[in-house]
Amino acid sequence: MTEPSSPPAGVDNGGTTANQMTTAKPQLHAHPPQVSAERARRFGSWYYAEHSLRVMNGYRWTLIAYSVGNPVMYLFAMGVGLATLVDQNSPGAFGGVSYLAFIAPALLASATIMTAATEFTYPVMDGFKWRRVYYGPHASPLGVHQIVNGYIIAITLRLTLMSAIYFGIVAAFGASPSLWGWAAVPVAVLCGLSFGLPLMAYSASVQEDKGQFALVMRFLVTPMFLFSGTFFPLATLPIYLQWIGWISPLWHGTQLGRMLTYGFPVPLWLVVIHVLYLVGLAVLGWRLAHRTYARRLGK
Amino acid sequence: MPTSTPRDYVISARNLTKHYGDFAAVDDISFDVPAGESFGLLGPNGAGKSTTMRMIGGVSQRTSGSLTIMGLDPEQHGPQVRAHLGVVPQQDNLDEELRVRDNLLVYGRYFGLPMSYLKPKADELLEFAQLTDKAKSKVDSLSGGMKRRLTIARSLINEPKILLLDEPTTGLDPQARHVLWDRLFRLKESGVTLILTTHYMDEAEQLCDRLVVVDKGKIMAEGSPARLIREHSTREVLELRFGSERNTTVAAELQGIGDRLEPLPDRVLIYTHDGEAALEQVTSRGLHPITSLVRRSSLEDVFLRLTGRSLVD
Repeated sequence: MTEPSSPPAGVDNGGTTANQMTTAKPQLHAHPPQVSAERARRFGSWYYAEHSLRVMNGYRWTLIAYSVGNPVMYLFAMGVGLATLVDQNSPGAFGGVSYLAFIAPALLASATIMTAATEFTYPVMDGFKWRRVYYGPHASPLGVHQIVNGYIIAITLRLTLMSAIYFGIVAAFGASPSLWGWAAVPVAVLCGLSFGLPLMAYSASVQEDKGQFALVMRFLVTPMFLFSGTFFPLATLPIYLQWIGWISPLWHGTQLGRMLTYGFPVPLWLVVIHVLYLVGLAVLGWRLAHRTYARRLGK
Repeated sequence: MPTSTPRDYVISARNLTKHYGDFAAVDDISFDVPAGESFGLLGPNGAGKSTTMRMIGGVSQRTSGSLTIMGLDPEQHGPQVRAHLGVVPQQDNLDEELRVRDNLLVYGRYFGLPMSYLKPKADELLEFAQLTDKAKSKVDSLSGGMKRRLTIARSLINEPKILLLDEPTTGLDPQARHVLWDRLFRLKESGVTLILTTHYMDEAEQLCDRLVVVDKGKIMAEGSPARLIREHSTREVLELRFGSERNTTVAAELQGIGDRLEPLPDRVLIYTHDGEAALEQVTSRGLHPITSLVRRSSLEDVFLRLTGRSLVD
């Protein structure tokens, strides 16, 4: 026991920690800044997405529980409870399909909107103001547009996973008779982004939270949920209320979803309008988000 | 002054100016920082230190003038410039939803560094920052000093040759400050160029080879701490207290003693090369202060002389 440290050279006995440290340490060098800059330029959005996903991973069980619990709850309450009553009293009122099949695609699309409404409000404020998490990556080789895109990528993945689980449960309830039903998943994700990205741009412009986000939930998300042909066809509403549906991404997403899950007839020109409207809103929000982020971070 | 080409300087600013509307936060400043130097920006709040740092860090656009970091203009080569830097901002912006070690890993990924490098590097930096036993803790459970050390560890993940530190020890207790100074001194010894802002004189004296005193966006003085003291103050300072009411009236009777006299509400300062001799002169005039203190001139005297004694918010 005279020499507790520094094992004799050449002794490689199962790789002790000390030995590994002494051999591994001198090789530990970061690649040169030019390489960092080049990698950041090419993959920066993915690096930021990775960060966001790691944060989400921290509360993955909550996310999974929400993704499973939310559809199960809604489908039982509306699609089984309420549907029994509706189907008995007015058979054929929903184009020959069950009430459950009628509302399932609407509930799916509204779930992505609700999630987008949360993910593109408070966390954005957190990034700029509360915990200022955007300012860390902003000082790194990442560009502002990559912070924006990276976060969008992460939320898109989250919405995709959530919608896939939702659709799986809808299918298990037998509420998606069409073979094309699965395509309601990307439509629902697009629907969430078409509402979420303009909201992201708006959130980035909020200097101080005076309850704006609560107002968004109460006076934007909730009316949209109730008046977008979610629980009854939009045409049932008096004409002076139907415009809420027309401007609501939820209505456009729901119509597409219905077409895909149970073959609800939508003329081609209207399909094009639905898709263009959703894509248009998403792209507009995305561009605006780039602008507001760049302006605020570059002050 | 030795002739140097701009290539010898890691940072070079010429007539650097930044306006916010009509307000000139940084007003026509020029300086050069050679590699390996520890360079300080000293000044009161609102002097333009942080704005200068943000321009060097490539995250804020200048209004006019020129600026190069490693020979690159941060406005044209933002990512390339930022890839060279480690940045410790004034306010911590760690991700509190991630654990301590994950903060380092995630940050390293922004530089495209592979996990095979990042994992052992993160452990090495946690050790450097004396946070090894906190590796798996949540960031919000850390003390202020620990968060600061983690922020410094994070800024080193890409092995930067230039480290920007914006008020690195503001708000920390003395123990935490000394630990940080020790860590920064080691970095300096290893050849890292340190650029730091501070309004702590002792910090500037401890860490800076050379510094500029800035006030209202302008450079008031430049030099090593010792040179600044030599040029802008005397060797010693005699501090006399006669009681709050009497200080200013007594000051009139003290005229002629020392090189310069400064009456303050709570004491009178006499700047002189020999404090004890000045004190003898005071007593020989029949004046007996309640307390007297002879001390060496410090950077604080220079700072207060150059930036004034009125309160800046």
